[in-house]
Amino acid sequence: MSDTGRVMLLQGNEAVVEGALAAGCRFFAGYPITPATEISEVMSVRLPAVGGVFIQMEDEIASLGAVIGASLAGAKAMTATSGPGFSLMQENLGFAVIAEVPCVIVNVMRGGPSTGLPTHVSQGDVQQARWGTHGDHPIIVLAPATTRECFDLTVLAFNLSEKFRIPVILLSDEVVAHTREKITLPHPREVEVVERLKPTMPPEWYIPYEDTPRGVPPMASFGDGYRYHVTGLIHDVRGFPTERPDEIVPFLDRLFRKIHQHLHEICRVEEFLTEEADLLVVAYGSVARSAKRAVREARARGVKAGLVRLITLWPFPRRWLEPHLRRVRAVLVPELNRGQISREVSRINQGLTRVEKLNRIDGRLLTPEEILGRLMKM
Amino acid sequence: MGERVEIRLAGSGGQGVILAGVILAEAAGVYEGREVAQTQSYGPEARGGASRAEVVISDGEIDYPRAMQPDILLCLSQRACDAYVFDVKPGGMVVVDSGLVQHLPTTRAVALPFTEIARREVGEGMMANIVALAALVTLTGVVSLRSLEAAVAARIPPGHREAARKALEAGAAAAREYLNRREAPRPTA
Repeated sequence: MSDTGRVMLLQGNEAVVEGALAAGCRFFAGYPITPATEISEVMSVRLPAVGGVFIQMEDEIASLGAVIGASLAGAKAMTATSGPGFSLMQENLGFAVIAEVPCVIVNVMRGGPSTGLPTHVSQGDVQQARWGTHGDHPIIVLAPATTRECFDLTVLAFNLSEKFRIPVILLSDEVVAHTREKITLPHPREVEVVERLKPTMPPEWYIPYEDTPRGVPPMASFGDGYRYHVTGLIHDVRGFPTERPDEIVPFLDRLFRKIHQHLHEICRVEEFLTEEADLLVVAYGSVARSAKRAVREARARGVKAGLVRLITLWPFPRRWLEPHLRRVRAVLVPELNRGQISREVSRINQGLTRVEKLNRIDGRLLTPEEILGRLMKM
Repeated sequence: MGERVEIRLAGSGGQGVILAGVILAEAAGVYEGREVAQTQSYGPEARGGASRAEVVISDGEIDYPRAMQPDILLCLSQRACDAYVFDVKPGGMVVVDSGLVQHLPTTRAVALPFTEIARREVGEGMMANIVALAALVTLTGVVSLRSLEAAVAARIPPGHREAARKALEAGAAAAREYLNRREAPRPTA
């Protein structure tokens, strides 16, 4: 990358592209949509220049289909969209989960439901990112708050996806996506990049969905000579459909186990002034920036406030929050929806402390003043 | 946390308000090495709707990326002026295009005919945003004129560089003339 080491002013969306390229992404299929369009736009220029492939597909269903195909053929692949497109991707998202195909899906949240508020910010897709595709399934969802983090978390999204063979959703929002900030792109040597585990045994010994201690079987690329079957049906270790309970249960258990036994690698939060805080703010994405400001100003007024910023939204970083819930007087969860994460905080709270919510659903970002105002009344 | 300066640029879609915000942010962030965040709000239409860009410049981490109470407001339409003038920090600076804003919100507002200057001195009305930026920087010193020139040169296509250079000169000259004419102490950001 020629821009390495240079100070640049980039939008969050542009930083996502840089992160993807640094992580080794060489395939992008997508359909442009506000406020995610810049990702497709920049990818269409940058990917061919590094020998990668960019395809504008006919819709978002086909986009994720193409991404899954590319990943099965061995490429690191990504798509980017917003709410309406993300809804269309849900079917193929489930396919990627059950067939264990690594891929990264960027959803830049805008106001919904339906075409909603195309140019305005929202955090309305948090539960959709968790449960949008049908069936009981694990998923990884990361929420960036700054331009720099758009770069870092896109790299992390690829790494987790390749490591655990699971689709990873980068859940950005309109403010994070369009805010321009200063960024110095790291040298490729400074970026940790994970490659998927490939089979080393002879093709005739390869059992594509065999359990391993990590719960993640090695993945052969199409064309490498390892013939195997890929299906959306529940399958046995050889990849063929099964309805036998003694095969169904171990398979589904492994899908969850490969995530839950590695929570420490997946769950991330940022703590800010949480030591000895007696009021805790739990926030994520663009709202976390307003919250940080509000916490600073509350401290300046003598109120002991702290912030836990959720970087990983799903799996929900329960173990990272619980110690705080036992200690603080009250928790405030500001969000740009009617309470999608606050209901999760309340669920794990189980009466430990008081959980309050602060919501804004008019397409505008919660301001530090609004959050501070509430903190001062708590 | 260092000192935080908030600038809001407002007008109609098509006037280059967002580009002006990007250029100002690059001048501060890339050419002066300060922390900067640039945001915008816009409607679905390409031209004619209300358009707004904000630039926050600081020596420390920028948490909230938008303007809470702008120190500096630039208005390129009456509508923008009416909508945002009350948000400005007490003692803050309001700069307007006198050809487009007939009703001045305050006698302290600096009114200069940016669009007219762009047409007359540059020959391109579209350069009004660059004229206004040069004037704003000369009036407030949020970044140096040199940094602004460098940022403009990097963002404007080669075919328009000469016009942009003229626009920068004309804008800075208009602001200097205003400051000398008023004989007032130089306003600070």
